[in-house]
Amino acid sequence: MFKPNPIRTDRNVTYIIKIAGYSSILFLALIFFFLLQNGIPALKETGLAKLFQSTWYPTEAYFGILPLLFGSLLVTFLAILIALPFGVGTAVFISEIAPRAMKEILKPLVEILAGMPSVVLGFIGIVVVVPYMQRTLNLPTGQAAITGAILLGLIAIPTVVSIAEDALNAVPQSYRQAALAMGATRWQTIWGITVPAAKTGILTAIMLGIGRTLGETMAVMMVTGNAAVMPEGLQSIFMPVRTMTATIASEMGEVAKGSAHYAVLFFIGIVLFIFSLIINILASWVSTRGRKRSERILS
Amino acid sequence: MEIVTRKILVALTLILVLLPACAKRDANSNNSPSKTITNTGSDTMVNLALAWAEQYQKEHTDVLISVTGGGSGTGINSLLSGTTDIANASRAMKDEEKATAEKNGFKPQEFVIAKDAIAVIVNPKNPVKDLTLEQISKIYKCEINNWAELGGEDRPIVRLSRESNSGTHVYFLETVVRLGDKKDKSIFCPKTLLLPSSEGIIAEVRDNPNAIGYDGLGYITEEVKVLGLAKELSQPFVLPSESTANDGTYPISRNLFMYTRGEPTGAIADYLQWIISPEGQAIVSNLGFVPIKGN
Repeated sequence: MFKPNPIRTDRNVTYIIKIAGYSSILFLALIFFFLLQNGIPALKETGLAKLFQSTWYPTEAYFGILPLLFGSLLVTFLAILIALPFGVGTAVFISEIAPRAMKEILKPLVEILAGMPSVVLGFIGIVVVVPYMQRTLNLPTGQAAITGAILLGLIAIPTVVSIAEDALNAVPQSYRQAALAMGATRWQTIWGITVPAAKTGILTAIMLGIGRTLGETMAVMMVTGNAAVMPEGLQSIFMPVRTMTATIASEMGEVAKGSAHYAVLFFIGIVLFIFSLIINILASWVSTRGRKRSERILS
Repeated sequence: MEIVTRKILVALTLILVLLPACAKRDANSNNSPSKTITNTGSDTMVNLALAWAEQYQKEHTDVLISVTGGGSGTGINSLLSGTTDIANASRAMKDEEKATAEKNGFKPQEFVIAKDAIAVIVNPKNPVKDLTLEQISKIYKCEINNWAELGGEDRPIVRLSRESNSGTHVYFLETVVRLGDKKDKSIFCPKTLLLPSSEGIIAEVRDNPNAIGYDGLGYITEEVKVLGLAKELSQPFVLPSESTANDGTYPISRNLFMYTRGEPTGAIADYLQWIISPEGQAIVSNLGFVPIKGN
């Protein structure tokens, strides 16, 4: 009879897990290589000077990506302004205030929201939010940066909530007990002790929320109007914008492979990749820096 | 939305391809389809192409037609690379595309199989009824920015268009924005909203009294107001319809094309012949497109 050798099994499983672990690095490298290979020709054919101009009309060889950069950054910034208070507030409520029964209902609900396909939100956006914004704010059109930001905020909230809530839960119970024993009210405990103690986790949550928002495509393409305009002061918030992701999604389908336009779309992909890389590096930097300090406090 | 539509279309195509195959096997196992025609291209024409294929396969059980969208450019590229038998295009083939075809060893054959009138639409609350092409050109170049300049209410104008890779967009740019002047290099002004689907344009025009948009007559619904157009002020304003598109009084209607690799033969020739027959053209009017003259 065949008897499994525990040492050999252990070694084999270790190998398999190692391969799985390294494969994600390999995939990332392959994706980055592919992006570079297809996007770098844009630098040669179109040139940096033409890429950083303010007109985007690719069928007539206007390849200025500045309005797209501006569009993505504006929508992301506004969306995080919305997702931050709601997301952190919900996390605090679930972790610190809600009674157990309510907690058990709220957590799965937030997860369902996280699993909502963005095209569904986009559809609701077109049918409900766009006409509503146009009427109530008396805008020229409801397809505006702010409408996209509201929907993106909704998409980012579940990400922010679940990570921030994990961070709050990780704060030792003794901290709260100590604060309450010193006579602090519940609000003072939350604001003065729990949230600061979970600060790094909450910052990571926000960073990942930003990443989620920046990469979102479908909902934003459906409600922001996709007009590649340059900013004109604060009123730009209420004007249509065109994001980088929406541009890639709507134009990649019909572009001729190997053309200048094709290369520029991949170049936009590189820009997006670099942005999300920066955000992820910031997120991990924030969390490791935080950990070191807490280790210092404990020692 | 476009992507979803495309997915639905792919699913529909599969059903279209598979259903007759299944049905036939039940009825008579010897009579399975022997001829296959692939048909790819314009998203504007995909509903039309599907309707034709469906009807034709009902009558000719030995022919199998698979229809996919993807856009005029995609269809022509597939024709050039030999992956489709018939390419649908809502614009004529470009010279460089014809050159590539000849390099690949064939001369593309062009068939005009229907016409499409482009309707210019506004919200029903908008009092403006007619516009000249020059006025529309100025609107889309951001030289006219308020409806009051056109005899309407004091409201900002919101311009809507399809995405720049759509055949409809290209046609509108050349014929209306540039007024047919080949040397004119003006483009849609950046404030123009580029919406990913025809449905998106109809929805925004329906809900927004500031909006102006354009789309193929086949996509227009009752909820929006179609404008009468004239080439110049001296000419009468004409609403788009089958008859005004065919007699040329409506200024912006275009041909819809099918392209084959060289002179078509066999099943493909029969199919194209059927499409331009009265029976095939009846389907054209049912879908809101304009049948070609002489039938």
